[in-house]
Order: sequence, then structure tokens, then C-alpha cells
Amino acid sequence: MKNPTLVVAGMATLAAGTYAFRLSGQLLRARITFPPRAARLLEAAAVILLAALVATTALTEGHGFSGFARPAGVLVAGVLAWRKAPFLVVVIAAAAVTALLRLAGVP
Amino acid sequence: MRSIWRTLDRRVLADIGLTCLAVFFIGLSYGAIAVSSGFPLWVPAAQSVLVLAGASEFLFVGIVAAGGSPFAAALAGLLVNSRHLPYGLALPPGVTGRRWGRLLGTHVMNDESVVFALAQPDPARKRAAYWACGLGVLACWPGGAVIGGLIGSAVHDTGAFGLDAMFPAVILALIVKDLRDARTLRAALAGAAIALAAAPFLPAGLPVLLALPAVLLLVRESAVTPQADRQPVVAQAGSTP
Repeated sequence: MKNPTLVVAGMATLAAGTYAFRLSGQLLRARITFPPRAARLLEAAAVILLAALVATTALTEGHGFSGFARPAGVLVAGVLAWRKAPFLVVVIAAAAVTALLRLAGVP
Repeated sequence: MRSIWRTLDRRVLADIGLTCLAVFFIGLSYGAIAVSSGFPLWVPAAQSVLVLAGASEFLFVGIVAAGGSPFAAALAGLLVNSRHLPYGLALPPGVTGRRWGRLLGTHVMNDESVVFALAQPDPARKRAAYWACGLGVLACWPGGAVIGGLIGSAVHDTGAFGLDAMFPAVILALIVKDLRDARTLRAALAGAAIALAAAPFLPAGLPVLLALPAVLLLVRESAVTPQADRQPVVAQAGSTP
């Protein structure tokens, strides 16, 4: 680590900015009274964000493709969750399928 | 704290426990990667407590280790963390606590605590799930980072255990309930497609934000769906100038 002072400043910026993001959405929400339908849309927006997060973390690594093992594990987890398998089974299956595929040489 | 145990049923608590365990393991790899790329242990330790948002910390450490400026790394991390703003909008008021409690309640907002809160049916249980998961992550993420930093390269390769598949699987398992609604599913798929199409070209964090306009699919469709329970909404929308 070349310049500790700069790194600390960078860390402080990231920490403070992240806290500001966490706070500002709530303050907006408290300031404005949303009709029930708008509140449902806000919740749906969070679900859409989370779905996009699932897609990008499952399928991409940096700017490229993550390889087949990870999305295959997540796909199996998705099917199990859709069929109402217990949470524990869903999450362990994702890791197990991915690990086994990698063991078999799948990237 | 005691009210959390009474409000949530054991199944939800077990799910939260497993999620925190997964966070702990990812924390191990974070600490190990940070230390083995040349950072002293206090960097991942302090960051895991003060930032408390995994993806942005990995990115920060990666950029600085590659010779990038810490401010560029902080900006990249902030882009990744900007999704916490819409999270705050989505959470019903009171979930993150009141007065002084909200200082901490705001800090423990993350993907996991938000998704567990959204999955609960009523305000009391939303609040309890949010806090149980948020505090669990606050303990497990820094704990994992410190232990990972101490044992170093021994845990470097979490890929071999498929641990990288656990985070998307946790989130997916918790939003499946919402995705059973066909319109939400369509909007979510559209959003995911936008994010994936943008991922090769845009910096991390931005693709996920670009998925947000997919919510417009729900606005438009709910205005034209001729369902009985939507009638008042249509009337309201029509009367707005």
C-alpha cells in the first residue's frame, strides 16, 4: 500500500457516501406521502433491482462472462426455490452444483 | 433484541442464520484477498465495519491494489452502492428504527436485510427480519474479513466450494415469492436483461441501476388492466391533470 493517508481518505469517502445513500432514500420516503399503489411500485422497483443484481452476479465477472458453473448453480437454486424447496436446500444446492461442475472441469 | 426472537418464526431465523453464514464465508475470502494483495489487516477490518457493503469493498481493494487512485476506487464503490437509495425508498417507514436507533438501522441496510424485510408479510415482522439480518451481517461480514485476513491465502480460492453462487441464490430464493406474479416477473426479467446487456460496457453498479426503468412496465400495465380492483386507480389516474 503506497500512500496510507490517501487510502484512508478513499475509505472514508466510500463509507460516508454509502451511508448517505442509505439515509437519503428513507428521508425521501418519509418526506413524501405515497399513495398505496406508488408504495407497491417502490417495492416492485426493489425486486427489479434485486433481480438485476442476481442476473449480473450470476452471469458476469468483471466485464465478461462468469463461466457456466456459477449460473448453473444459481439456475438450479432458482428452480428449487420456485418449487418451494426449503431455503437451506436452495442455497446449499447452488454452492454444491457450482462446486461439482468446477470439480468436473467446467469453468 | 428479544422481540426479534418472539416476532419471527424459527424458520425465518434459520434462513437468516444461513444467510449470515454465507456472508461470513464471503468475508473470509475478502479479508484473505485484501491482505494477500498487500493491504494491512486494518484496511479490510475497518472497511468491513464502516462501509458494510461487500461488492463495493472488493472493488475498492481491487482498484487500489491494481495501482488505481483511492478516490477513483471510492467513486466506483459509490456507484455500486447507489442502489441503497432505492432500497431506502422501498422500505416502509419505521423498519429501520426510530430516532437514535435509526442511525444504526440505516447503517445495516444491505441487500440481504432489505430482501428479508420485503419478504415478510407485516410491518412488525419486516422490522424484526430487517434488524436480525442487518445485525447478523454486521457481525459476520467484519468477523469473516478479519479471520480471512489472519489466515490469509488458505481461504483464497472460495470458487472451488461454489461459494460465489450462494449470494445470487440467497437473493433469488427470497424474491421468488414476488416473481410468481406474472407482471412482476416480466418487469424483473426485462430489468435483468437490460443489466446484462449493459454489463460488458459500463462500470460495475451502473448496469443494475439501469434495470430500474423496467418498473414502468408495471405502471403502464396496471393502468390499462381492466380488473375490478384496479378500477379506482384508473379513475384516479384519469382525473389527474
